[in-house]
Amino acid sequence: MFELNILLIFMIIGALIAIEVKDLLSAVVAVGASGLALCIVFLILKAPDLAITQIVVEILCLIILIRATIKKDLPFSTSGRWFFNTLATLVFLAIFAYLGYVALKELPSFGNPIMKVSQFYLNEALKETKATNIVSAIILNFRAYDTLGEATVLFTAVMGVMALMRWKGRKDIAEKDNE
Amino acid sequence: MNSDLKNKGMSLIVKTITRLTVGLILLYGIYIVLHGHISPGGGFAGGVIIALAFIHLMLAFGKDEVLKILPVTFVSLLESLGAVLFLSIAILGFLGGYFFMDWFAKGKPFKLFSAGSIIFSNIGIGLKVSLGLFGIFLVLILLKFKAKK
Amino acid sequence: MTPYFLCLLLFLIGVYAVVRKRNIIKIIIGLIIAEYAVNLFFILFGYKLEGRSPIYSPDQEIFNMVDPLPQALVLTSIVIGLATTALAVAIAIRIYEKYGTFDITKINKLKG
Repeated sequence: MFELNILLIFMIIGALIAIEVKDLLSAVVAVGASGLALCIVFLILKAPDLAITQIVVEILCLIILIRATIKKDLPFSTSGRWFFNTLATLVFLAIFAYLGYVALKELPSFGNPIMKVSQFYLNEALKETKATNIVSAIILNFRAYDTLGEATVLFTAVMGVMALMRWKGRKDIAEKDNE
Repeated sequence: MNSDLKNKGMSLIVKTITRLTVGLILLYGIYIVLHGHISPGGGFAGGVIIALAFIHLMLAFGKDEVLKILPVTFVSLLESLGAVLFLSIAILGFLGGYFFMDWFAKGKPFKLFSAGSIIFSNIGIGLKVSLGLFGIFLVLILLKFKAKK
Repeated sequence: MTPYFLCLLLFLIGVYAVVRKRNIIKIIIGLIIAEYAVNLFFILFGYKLEGRSPIYSPDQEIFNMVDPLPQALVLTSIVIGLATTALAVAIAIRIYEKYGTFDITKINKLKG
């Protein structure tokens, strides 16, 4: 899987540029490049559903982020305890990386999943649901409870944005009362 | 005329190209939603594509053209309708026995009308995702215009 | 095992941005990168060597499919991630309107 490693290194470079560059618009473009590389990785790993979803979600995410960053100033303050803060963060990340290394070593090696539960889905999906796309059969038939929960989360997030972005605020009502 | 055009969206080239392509994008989104059980795709991916078609229209022609077709209250109404459609499919399962039971006629594989309730669930999720994301984009844009006043 | 460790490195970059950066937009970008890494890890874990995608074909028999369960879990997670990102951006826009800055160290006038 040579090309997979190349694409992952490309994603890491894109993420590093995104968090270190000073211009906010450039940072948003860099994270977009990283997401498009993730789309190709999904395609290499044989997940076409995810590749389609990822590429369209990435475009919409870029539009929303550009809406937030366009024509804004760039406040950057490096004052304060810069050295101490960076050192503390790096020590925390080093501990996290060591624990992650220990945990990842115990996993089955790359390319040989266990697939105890999935074997049932692979055997039964076509017989039980007559749907030829097994991913669709799982999310809408076998595990539809999960999808109902996710739809609730999506509904709550949309309601939250609409409540945050209302333009008739409490201030207008208060002004009316004062009059 | 020029100043009038500038206020309402982008240049003439963008508008012409948009007029040609936006129908195809919308049709492709509907295709992805309806064929979710046969080919890659489904309600989530197709919903985002439909939302992108409306956003494309809005970026090119300005907000007034789109708000004539889809006002904000209508968008949130249709989004709730998608959620209710998905939930009602879940509750319809009680007719067969338990929650989310799929008692619809299954049909043969590789046909459009097969696989029971999956196609209806896909339509509900597609409605919900597309209009939910379009509603998010709409309120983010409308706030900017209201703040300027 | 190399892809797993590269994926862990990507997650660490996202966590570093969330913990260390002071700009709200940079924090949101860190959240997005960490979410990419988690989604990627699920799919890497379900990959089978020389596997086929889990979709049946009308004219040939397909054996050796990759694991479809992580794909089903991640498919919904991607769209939810977009909605939560939009929620974070909405909060950031409101903070910018109120305080005139994206810098979290300058937001200390918590008056409601």
